[in-house]
Amino acid sequence: MTTDLPVDLGMPLSSPGATGTTGVPRLADGTALTKKDFTSDQEVRWCPGCGDYAILAAVQGFLPELGLKRENIVFVSGIGCSSRFPYYLDTYGMHSIHGRAPAIATGLAATREDLSVWVVTGDGDALSIGGNHLIHALRRNVNLKILLFNNEIYGLTKGQYSPTSHVGQVTKSTPLGSLDTPFNPVSLALGAEASFVARTMDSDRQHLTSVLRAAAEHRGSALVEIYQNCPIFNDGVFDVLKDRTEAAARILHLTDGEEVSAGDNVVVRDDSGSLAVVPRADADPARIMRHDASAQDPSAAFALSRLDSPDLGHVPMGVFRNVQRPTYDDALREQISSARTNEITDADIDALLAGRDTWTVGTPAGS
Amino acid sequence: MSTKLVQKLDRVVIRFAGDSGDGMQLTGDRFTSQTALLGNDLSTLPNFPAEIRAPQGTLPGVSSFQLHFADHNVLTPGDAPDVLVAMNPAALKANLRDLPRGATIIVNTDEFTKRNLSKVGYAESPVDDGSLESYHVHPVALTSIAVEALASFTDLTRKEKERAKNMFALGLLSWLYTRPMDGTEAFLKAKFADKPVILEANLAALRAGFNYGETTEDFAVSYEVAPASMAAGTYRNVTGNVALSLGLVAAAHRAHLPLFLGSYPITPASDILHTLAGLKRYGVATMQAEDEIAGVGAALGASFGGALGVTTTSGPGLALKAETIGLAVSLELPLIVCDIQRGGPSTGLPTKTEQADLLQALFGRNGESPVAVVAPSTPADCFDIAVEAVRIATTYRTPVIVLSDGYLANGSEPWRLPRTAELPDISVEFATEPNATDDKGEPVFHPYLRDPETLARPWAIPGTPGLEHRVGGIEKADITGNISYDPDNHDHMTRLRQAKIDGIADTIAPLEVDDPAGDADVLVLGWGSTFGPISAAVRLARNAGARVAQAHLRHLNPFPANTGEVLRRYERVIVPEMNLGQLALLLRARYLVDIESHTSVRGLPFQAGELADVIATAVASLGDAHLKETAQ
Repeated sequence: MTTDLPVDLGMPLSSPGATGTTGVPRLADGTALTKKDFTSDQEVRWCPGCGDYAILAAVQGFLPELGLKRENIVFVSGIGCSSRFPYYLDTYGMHSIHGRAPAIATGLAATREDLSVWVVTGDGDALSIGGNHLIHALRRNVNLKILLFNNEIYGLTKGQYSPTSHVGQVTKSTPLGSLDTPFNPVSLALGAEASFVARTMDSDRQHLTSVLRAAAEHRGSALVEIYQNCPIFNDGVFDVLKDRTEAAARILHLTDGEEVSAGDNVVVRDDSGSLAVVPRADADPARIMRHDASAQDPSAAFALSRLDSPDLGHVPMGVFRNVQRPTYDDALREQISSARTNEITDADIDALLAGRDTWTVGTPAGS
Repeated sequence: MSTKLVQKLDRVVIRFAGDSGDGMQLTGDRFTSQTALLGNDLSTLPNFPAEIRAPQGTLPGVSSFQLHFADHNVLTPGDAPDVLVAMNPAALKANLRDLPRGATIIVNTDEFTKRNLSKVGYAESPVDDGSLESYHVHPVALTSIAVEALASFTDLTRKEKERAKNMFALGLLSWLYTRPMDGTEAFLKAKFADKPVILEANLAALRAGFNYGETTEDFAVSYEVAPASMAAGTYRNVTGNVALSLGLVAAAHRAHLPLFLGSYPITPASDILHTLAGLKRYGVATMQAEDEIAGVGAALGASFGGALGVTTTSGPGLALKAETIGLAVSLELPLIVCDIQRGGPSTGLPTKTEQADLLQALFGRNGESPVAVVAPSTPADCFDIAVEAVRIATTYRTPVIVLSDGYLANGSEPWRLPRTAELPDISVEFATEPNATDDKGEPVFHPYLRDPETLARPWAIPGTPGLEHRVGGIEKADITGNISYDPDNHDHMTRLRQAKIDGIADTIAPLEVDDPAGDADVLVLGWGSTFGPISAAVRLARNAGARVAQAHLRHLNPFPANTGEVLRRYERVIVPEMNLGQLALLLRARYLVDIESHTSVRGLPFQAGELADVIATAVASLGDAHLKETAQ
């Protein structure tokens, strides 16, 4: 007996209103899954106190909310501490090789519209060895949800600096301090034409879940940077953002339609278009920035991403950009379905093999 | 009607040579199509520089196309051309040393200017200085006659008219060898449908060339080569890359799997990407990836999802894909990797042929990482090898590397069309149900519980309820697939993966030996694209009285089960390869047989005559008894 693929490459291009999970089979009405359904039987082997535990718990807690069939969810990861993630989720999963998860997930998403495909990666995996695949997945706008755990250090290889470590950071491989200018993952993603870019933090379950929800809703590539603490090799790097008082003064919450502010400070736009954080009392009300993640022009989102500083003086958090544009996988399926008229028969293949110029010797068999 | 003499020939080798911009590949291609439709057997050898436009008129810029056609079975593009069409002095100089005395040379005298002659170091024109007197030289002012023939095309510049000179040459050669031109006319009509003036000019130049042959006194004789006697059937002419593309589509159809190609452009493999990209109406998905690694990664991702994942590349790209192929070995998923080999190492000779990736294909990954390796032997065999690769990949859930090469990729031959319905049934069964019970008696799915016969693991694709599981590159526990660092388990799994690949030998045809009298003591064994030259050499050697047996490997890993037994049957085993002896190394290691390696890495296929000498020497070394009775 043969089983045909539960995939129809002839599906029409999703409508403009399609969400990230359009085309993925849903649970029957009245049924629901729980966090336990998404918990695999494997022992979780991260270090005690690792930020990954909180992210895992948040993801396991969030997935039932999607209402999707569990078998239609796939997590693909690369290499690194974060990339062990798929083993702990009771979905389909692949723990692949260093940096390649976006490429592998692209092939999967392109051929299977009926899957919700998630990529789990880290700052070394996504931004160093896999940088090329990340930017190309984003520019293609493949319908992937990419969770980038950023702890600004290499954990699995025991403490070398990463492409997000700050200049001067002393690590095992930089005893006199790192010399490299770090990547800002949000700026990088925006420069790579990402249609959805967000930042959140491991310890803020509520915010993390809200960002996951927005990412899942988005049709196309969604890059979610998650600040994540490595208690062994870079402990406390985001602590100032976890202290209630400090956080209130430093985190610039990005909420559509609202002023971008942190404590007594607001973000204003100067004459050159640059953004600055100034005390509200000094701000010209007409220049205070109101967030619009759906702005087609990414300039404002990019300018927001540049408000970061190594001392975490001000850190925008939330959805920087969320715009609709055609996805690579939908467009590929559309090309195929519009070229294809019906089921391919043996006779169709015979005609393909024959091409345009044939000649016959003797009496051809079967004629 | 022509009143000229028509002479019958049994075979002809023509080489068209000119500047990269002269359209020699197109001219050769069209002449080949005309010849194929006439029913001759044929074999072709395009040979061109890696540069798109090397400096005009220079030796590095010479592009050529050789065609061997006959009224009988043809095995190679021919060792030496009977006819050389030289569009400029560089083309003459670059190709003259391949011509036997007495060959015909048609030169485009318009290009034999002082400047062009000096570019390639001719102080005087070889056409005039007597240095070509042992050849039949036809000096033809191809360019100016073509331009003259287009005098009425007042909208065209002189430069545009000059460009039609290749069509004039094609017309002349079509007359000379009595080739019908309707196919080329139809081709031009399709190609220039939007440019009626250019179309008419090309058609006019083509006819002018034909008429020139018929009327000028310079050409007194034209030739005919009768159709070859070939097995009954419908034929087309096909290059290796097109045959491989079609084979992948047909195999995916027979396997009931959607075909997904992830690929990055690389010479000489890109034509497969181009061909498959044009076949969306057959459900083929193609993705031009950001790099070689992404190409194979996307293919593997598609395979994980239940598609037939394919990637195509050449040697440097295979090196980049190595880690992902290793992942596929660990995941035990089907994956087709086509390596269209070219000269190496590094960038090497991008447009020239070589067989030096054999060891890379077998061993070019970290760890014990066995994969199946197959190699087509002729351009048309690329179709069959693609089907075989898909059979192995899907049956055994393994990567399969297909080792074609530049010679097969761009060379062409007539192909007797198979019937799709008669291709092997390679339907795939996905896992749909749990395959075990846990200690509480509950049904569970073990992703690494193997088929006892093939040792293949179940292919359980996302979307299948109840079979959710995780796979990865970390070593897995036998049966459950959970992460395992256990020493005994790793030893066991390593041997299991090897045993699975070794077991493929049970389902492949035994190595066949061609030894008509059954009394040869010398065996010539080849693999891949050397089949044509070796077969032609064996034919020559036998005609000269040598007793020699021939065998050819299409499966390089595993080898056919009887390979060792075959090798031990012969006193001397000669293995010609376009590398420095990679197959010989494998055979010696595996079978402890003293292989005689004969190698060449000139970027060109072997010449039949050269190999025939090697065979003759080997046979002679064994004494007179090994020569056939030559009295007859």
